Amino acid sequence: MDVVKPLLYILVYPGLLFQLVFSTFLEWMDRKFYARMQNRRGPLHTGYAGLLQPVADILKLFFKEDIVPARADRFMFSLMPILGLAAVVTAGLYLPVWLVTPYNSFEGDLIVVLYLLSLPSLVLFLAGWFSVSPYSLIGATRVLTQLFAYEVPFFLALLTPAVVAGSWQIRTIAVYPWTSGAWWVIVIQVLAFLVALLTLQAKLERTPFDIPEAETEVVGGPLTEYTGKKLALFRIQKDILMMVGSAFIAALFLGGFPGGLWIGGLWLIVKTSFVVFLLSVIRASFARLRIDQIVTFSWKYLAPASLIQLLAVLILKGNGVI
Amino acid sequence: MEKSVFRIPIGPQHPFLKEPVKFDFDIRGEEIVGARMNLGYNHRGIEKACEQRNYYQCMYLLERVCGICSHSHTSAFVQAVEEIMNLEVPKRGLYLRMVNGELERLHSHLLWLGVAAHEVGFESLFMLVWRDRELIMDILEKISGNRVNYAINTIGGVRRDLTDAQRKEILGILKTVRQRLDYYAKIGTNEPSFVGRIKGVGTLSAERAAEMCAVGPFARASNVATDVRKDDPYACYAEMDFQLITHDSCDVLGRVIVRVLEMIESCKIIEQLLETLPEGEIALAKVSRRVPEGVAVSRYEAPRGEDVHFVRGNGTDKPERVRVRAPTMANLEVATESVIGSYVADIPIAIASIDPCYSCTDRMAIVLRDPKRGTEVTTWEQLRRRGIEWYSKNKGIRF
Repeated sequence: MDVVKPLLYILVYPGLLFQLVFSTFLEWMDRKFYARMQNRRGPLHTGYAGLLQPVADILKLFFKEDIVPARADRFMFSLMPILGLAAVVTAGLYLPVWLVTPYNSFEGDLIVVLYLLSLPSLVLFLAGWFSVSPYSLIGATRVLTQLFAYEVPFFLALLTPAVVAGSWQIRTIAVYPWTSGAWWVIVIQVLAFLVALLTLQAKLERTPFDIPEAETEVVGGPLTEYTGKKLALFRIQKDILMMVGSAFIAALFLGGFPGGLWIGGLWLIVKTSFVVFLLSVIRASFARLRIDQIVTFSWKYLAPASLIQLLAVLILKGNGVI
Repeated sequence: MEKSVFRIPIGPQHPFLKEPVKFDFDIRGEEIVGARMNLGYNHRGIEKACEQRNYYQCMYLLERVCGICSHSHTSAFVQAVEEIMNLEVPKRGLYLRMVNGELERLHSHLLWLGVAAHEVGFESLFMLVWRDRELIMDILEKISGNRVNYAINTIGGVRRDLTDAQRKEILGILKTVRQRLDYYAKIGTNEPSFVGRIKGVGTLSAERAAEMCAVGPFARASNVATDVRKDDPYACYAEMDFQLITHDSCDVLGRVIVRVLEMIESCKIIEQLLETLPEGEIALAKVSRRVPEGVAVSRYEAPRGEDVHFVRGNGTDKPERVRVRAPTMANLEVATESVIGSYVADIPIAIASIDPCYSCTDRMAIVLRDPKRGTEVTTWEQLRRRGIEWYSKNKGIRF
């Protein structure tokens, strides 16, 4: 059993299989929300109300021709999709869902998750760098420039609930509003929540922060040269990144997923979908920002906002209010 | 080329282009320091094909010059032929032609607004605008039977009349369209991320626009008051009450504003036309199939700008020469130039801001000198010299 159990954790729950199913469901939600906001119907025909459309899209890519550019570094080019997927799936293992204590929860797992969530951007940069095409190179440099813009506000925003709960353990932070009885700490972290939402949007490279892969200028950005299976892996990676990111924001800012197995599971779906809904609203209501506009916006508004929030929380904490 | 300068090729196949054209941009970091443009991927030889067809066939062929301003090209051609033949077109026919023309301007500008939103990644505006474009397309289908190539013009008038019920229906739909247009005018000029992307992008000064003979909304956004409907009114535009819209911001924002306001003016024109639609015939009963000798140049304000057609008749039922100057031809070069100095991210929107239509404008293929394959290039200077020699030797003409 000692061997089987971790394998089950990694492959079934909360590992690969669960994440695949849940993330494709969230992608479907996102597409539906986005379509309704634009007066469209969204996916309709594959499965009930188009539920299987994201799966069908990914499956289709698996059957497409797999091309490696002649001048690209073959090994690194093939390694990148696997590396990125591994990073986000590992981050998902730390989700405080269902099992009230994830099997590998420890003091400081928040830091590990933040580190693992930074990896996809670097992987994307390297993927663009090793594909040696003008579009990929421009996309890759934009990925990196954007990384420097949003990463600090993202960390600062996720630091706030940790400071409130006085812990680096995601599980402790998530249950803090319920165990301490001070449920209103959710309300005072609204600013950090908004910053986290926007920076997550930037991490996911969705409008208005999708300049690295702006199709009208750099075709597919860093992924221009990727096809077939490798592109499918990148798509899965992006879906899972959205799921893990939204679930963590829901866990840290929206009071986690209390209530044990069934109710907790329901909370997970409801709260994560809510975060995805907010992400789709952001996606539907803005135009794509230029890279210089993104950097200015992050450092002028997002970083100070998260600092103010952190300061406010620290003052409240110092005065013993929380 | 400097070492820090990097050349990014765009086209002939690229997601931002709907048609083949080749651009080469020299970029330093994210800034553009040089731009070149190369046409000639979509030459269809329509002008030559016209010479082998009679005037009626030409009309339907020229309708296919452009998929968006198809009515403009037939109107310009038909106007030229009518001028050669000295035809007096019935007023109702002219009015219906204008209704179709203004509806075409509406749907073309809506299409452009959607494309512009798409180029800067504002997908929601794109979807909403194109939804409302369908209203106009439905009207066009109702009155002409077609959505794209209306085939409503004929020499001496139009081919389909408008019933009273249709007239009322169109006026009703136009009310909805005007409400939506007000909303888009608000979004297009106020939405911070959208305005942030288009303000100060692709600037073109009024002097440069006038110097390079820019036409249409592109020139009007640079504060050059040029509009054939006002400068040289054709059909019954002299009787209409509408404004010539210009804007002095000289950038893409100005082009958005000019086009949106122009759409509102178009709505006004259509309303006037439909309310004062004269009774009578829609076309001349009998028109000769032979066109007498003579030449005519016809100017028409297409949605993208001035469309010029030159027709030379030689007494037969086929034109001796048809020459088309589509508006993109006048704008493309100066638009390419206006990109220099802005960022890579601005390329699509800056080029798209002229509402380019490359296949309308394409007319020659360029063969690059290739010593391996033995292809040689005759320069303009050589060609001229050869011509002078040939004429002085064979015809005794001295230049």
